[in-house]
Amino acid sequence: MPVEASYLEYAYRRYGMDHSRYAWSMLTDRVPIAWPDGARLAVWINVPVQFFPLNQRGTPFAPPGGMVTPYPDLRHYTLRDYGNRVGIPRCLAALDRFGLTPTFSINAVICELYPRLLERLCVRGDEILCQSWHMDSLHHGELGKAEEAEIVARSLEQLRAATDQAILGWVSPGRSQSSNTPDLLAENGVQYMGDWINDELPYLFHTDSQDLVALPLSLELDDQFVIGANLHSEWEYADQIKDACDFLLAEARESECGRLLALTIHPWLMGQPHRIAALESVLEYIANQPGVWSASSYDIVQAWRNASGEKPG
Amino acid sequence: MLESLGRYEYSLYDERESISWPGGARVALWVAPNIEFYELTPEPNPSRRAWPRPTPDVQGYATRDYGNRVGHMRMMRLLDEYGVRGSISLSTALCEHHPEIIELCLERDWEFFSHGIYNTRYTYGMDEAQECEMIEDSIETIRRHTGQDCAGYLAPALTHTEQTLDVFAEAGGIYTCDLFHDDQPTPIQVRSGKPFVSIPYSLELNDTIVYVVNKIEPRRYGSMIKQAFDRLYMEGETSGTVMCVPLHAYQVSHPHRIAAFEEALRYVTSHKDVWVTTGREIAEYYMAHYYERDAGGRQGLPREEPGHAS
Repeated sequence: MPVEASYLEYAYRRYGMDHSRYAWSMLTDRVPIAWPDGARLAVWINVPVQFFPLNQRGTPFAPPGGMVTPYPDLRHYTLRDYGNRVGIPRCLAALDRFGLTPTFSINAVICELYPRLLERLCVRGDEILCQSWHMDSLHHGELGKAEEAEIVARSLEQLRAATDQAILGWVSPGRSQSSNTPDLLAENGVQYMGDWINDELPYLFHTDSQDLVALPLSLELDDQFVIGANLHSEWEYADQIKDACDFLLAEARESECGRLLALTIHPWLMGQPHRIAALESVLEYIANQPGVWSASSYDIVQAWRNASGEKPG
Repeated sequence: MLESLGRYEYSLYDERESISWPGGARVALWVAPNIEFYELTPEPNPSRRAWPRPTPDVQGYATRDYGNRVGHMRMMRLLDEYGVRGSISLSTALCEHHPEIIELCLERDWEFFSHGIYNTRYTYGMDEAQECEMIEDSIETIRRHTGQDCAGYLAPALTHTEQTLDVFAEAGGIYTCDLFHDDQPTPIQVRSGKPFVSIPYSLELNDTIVYVVNKIEPRRYGSMIKQAFDRLYMEGETSGTVMCVPLHAYQVSHPHRIAAFEEALRYVTSHKDVWVTTGREIAEYYMAHYYERDAGGRQGLPREEPGHAS
């Protein structure tokens, strides 16, 4: 099929980005970031608390980790639910053993489905951020703005009411957004989001109201990406995270600019009995590296704001 | 549609006349960083979707943008350390979007070759005039921003037409990276009869194919590079071979991958009989010394005789 003449026109061929959401900037050109107490590497451990509906719509794509077989996919539904029953206490015990701080990214429907789980998490006092309503409530380019606005508002209200936390952070299911998502998040009092994986430090992200902070939540180091999508073994995963930790610490030292290691640990994945030892070995390794600062995602955002002098416009 | 590509003569690897690289090197080693720009909202192509998810595909776009924001500088540091000049497969619109990256490559005397204008604008569906306009635009953009005459071509996102090789040769190019049939340069027949050559650009060692398509672990990629090198180095004692490592900063420069890659790069560059070079230099050397011998007067596509049934 022939292309139209417009296929050889390039409306955004210009200096900087081909959109106006953020400024073009290389990591090497940033103001040097010093994390608290002279730490070189901030470690954000994102622990998703997720619900994958059995009656998944899967449009316009199936959420990563979602149902696979024809309805009813009891296999994947219950494997994911495993995380909320068995995987979470196992992963939390590992994190606590090595003194590392988790941040929970929670599907708001969890508040209704598993109030006991939410209570357990709230009592810990760790930060909670919102991961929309559930894993099948995808934010995407074909979603109407009114419908998306309702999902964003409902999810944040539910989580704020149930947790008594301000809920300032957001991660979208599958890191998927529409072109309205950042604007809706800012309107609803969100201050930072993890979906844009184009950097290794926070940066300012423009919306039609207050700027957000983009705090990149690495996909490449996500357990689901390494083990679930790439089918690497749990010990290969452990090697990769340790290599990343070593590299970022060395680069932070040489560049005299702090770095960020953003890990996502799904309790339904790493909380399996044959994987937990590999996770423990990763956590032990990270916890024992001098210069590591394990913190909640909001504390990392605040430390970055202070160190960089970047204020939302 | 063609049944056979019909662009090069058949030739068995161990029946050829031999190639000697400069200084008696056994392997001509070149590293080809792809420096690319992917658009957030590209014009749709009727034959191929740019992104798997509806626009904006934040995950796909941000994955590539990481290469420009974070990855290139990491890769440059490594290539500097091991004395490798990159041969850049360039989305030429990057000259406009991110001239700072181009400047850093120029400081290093790297080669720029065309990889189209954007990696989200496919050649599928272009008529010959459109493909010619796109290729000439890319060549002119390289000249304007770097002062270099573009010698090589890797079609954007590896999308081609039947005329791609002809059009690029007529626009002044001398080598293509789009053909994966050999471990040595091959004369390529183009309709103008101009001298034109294929330089091996290993898809099998391309980091994106390795990590994304074949889902290979970072340390295993390092071993693959070493094993490929060992074999090409051994065989290069008889007749010079070419080894290419095509890279993408949005893949290999991730913190969990780059150390394993560095170890492989250290290994291959530590050998004595390696010509660490660029795509253009391999093409020019081959053209000057072996092209005529190997092309055997078969330059140009076979022409149809008048009256001959086609």
